[in-house]
Amino acid sequence: MYENKRLGFMFVLPFLLGILFFKLFPFVASFALSLTQYDLIDPPQWVGLENYRDLAINDPLFTQSLGVTLAFVFLAVPLRVGFALLVAHVLNHKMRGINFFRAAFYIPSILGGSIAVAVLWRFIFAKHGLVNIILIKLGIEPIAWLADEHYSMLTIVLLFTWQFGSSMVIFLAALQNVPASLYEAAECDGASKLQQFWRITVPLITPVIFFNMIMQMVHGFQEFNGPYMITEGGPLNSTYVLTLYIYDQSFKYFNLGYGAALSWVLFALVGALALISFWSSRYWVFYAGEKDIK
Amino acid sequence: MSGAAMQTTERPPLMRYLILGCIALIMLYPLIWLVGASFKSNAEIFSSAGFWPNRLDFGAYAAGWKTSTEYTFATYFLNSFLITVPKIIVTVISCVLVAYAFARFEFWGKKLMFGVMVSTMMLPLIILRMPQYLMFRELGWLDTYLPLIVPSAFATDTFFVFMLVQFLRAIPRDMEEAALIDGCNALQLLWHIIVPLLKPAIISVIVFQFIWTMNDFMGPLIYLASVENYPVSLALKMSIGATEEVEWSNVIAISVVALLPSIAVFFAAQKHFIEGATSSGVKG
Repeated sequence: MYENKRLGFMFVLPFLLGILFFKLFPFVASFALSLTQYDLIDPPQWVGLENYRDLAINDPLFTQSLGVTLAFVFLAVPLRVGFALLVAHVLNHKMRGINFFRAAFYIPSILGGSIAVAVLWRFIFAKHGLVNIILIKLGIEPIAWLADEHYSMLTIVLLFTWQFGSSMVIFLAALQNVPASLYEAAECDGASKLQQFWRITVPLITPVIFFNMIMQMVHGFQEFNGPYMITEGGPLNSTYVLTLYIYDQSFKYFNLGYGAALSWVLFALVGALALISFWSSRYWVFYAGEKDIK
Repeated sequence: MSGAAMQTTERPPLMRYLILGCIALIMLYPLIWLVGASFKSNAEIFSSAGFWPNRLDFGAYAAGWKTSTEYTFATYFLNSFLITVPKIIVTVISCVLVAYAFARFEFWGKKLMFGVMVSTMMLPLIILRMPQYLMFRELGWLDTYLPLIVPSAFATDTFFVFMLVQFLRAIPRDMEEAALIDGCNALQLLWHIIVPLLKPAIISVIVFQFIWTMNDFMGPLIYLASVENYPVSLALKMSIGATEEVEWSNVIAISVVALLPSIAVFFAAQKHFIEGATSSGVKG
């Protein structure tokens, strides 16, 4: 029965229609839209590559936004993945209460994307918020986290890092697959715990590190709720990430053509970084026998 | 799975518990504090770092629930469920069908389609938003829940398909072969054999989709215009933006309530859910 091609095609048909109508068509249409000027009222006007030229040459806000986005991704993603690996490493032992800790570390990943948590973050970092109350108690000068452009980025980076749980459970599964015999052998040879971590653990799970890095990078570039709710892109556009700018251009000022062009720049950025990662992975990712990332 | 978990360490377990406990406390304290703060007065919220409120006052809950609009949060929660429940149902049905096809059948273009599916997982969704908006406007779907629900009926949430495919591939085909000999057709096989086997993975799909849909903000923000259609996420945003003088204690109380459904669903399905997420390597 499983060789019946027509039957298989019937089952996959919803996906085929869905991908064509809701993904591929909008994908192509979005590029076409980026070559026009469209405000939803007058019919779209063909402008060729003008939108791209505009954003490259005379849009300082785009340059600012691009810098903010890259800074955010290069700070937040390694922090999240690094923290996930570290905590998974500490957690990777036979012990009581492992399920409790696993759930506790996972909860922020569940709730982190919600508006309620963004509200909470505004409180924690408010002028008289939780963090400043604690700082004052410790005798440290309070910081205007949300109003000072030097610290605003830190608040949304922390929110992103806080949600390390989903990467952590994937690391945990990978760590449990590292053969214990390797550690025993290393122990016999007198390797320290730190050496074991760098020489055995890390090399053996590079495929998973790679997978988490790529997936979290894609997420990082799409971060919206945090900057939108907590800092509203400010102060002085210090947290005005590209998704925010795309949203504003498209759905606030209704410059749909320009918004589409911006989104294609974001896409190109993600694509380029993904390609670089895949290329570089030849030099630092080692697949032991099987090619499956699990 | 259990190989390295057996490894022993000379480091005293107490130390390990201490480190893990500290991390857990730092991570969860903001949430714990939020619950305490929901009972505090405005002045106390901004002066005390402790959890325990001076008094136990549910006033903020009552006031926050009523909102400054003509609707209460009962409406907004109902709206959220009116989006979430149908979306989960169509997601599960379409994703199971499609995953079954990918994991078991041979058909033309399978490799290509699978490749497309995996690569859409990495596509920044915002690139699709403007054309989708225009499409749904043409269809007259704006300010309804259709743009939020209908795409999911076509297995467009591809990470769920991927997750189910990975899960199904790991299951041997013996039972299906036996059922085939007994004369089952494809649909009977799907319903009596595949779906029961997939149960843990399906639970993961339900939980993820529930939480992500409850959290979804940009979708409703773009497609919904009238306040009476707002889900919780939009209503919560509105409660901050509505007035200059925000009654923070009310907002905090409602934030706590808004987080409850997701927390409840997470704990109800915690075991299956984390394992499902882990085994497929899908993000959370």
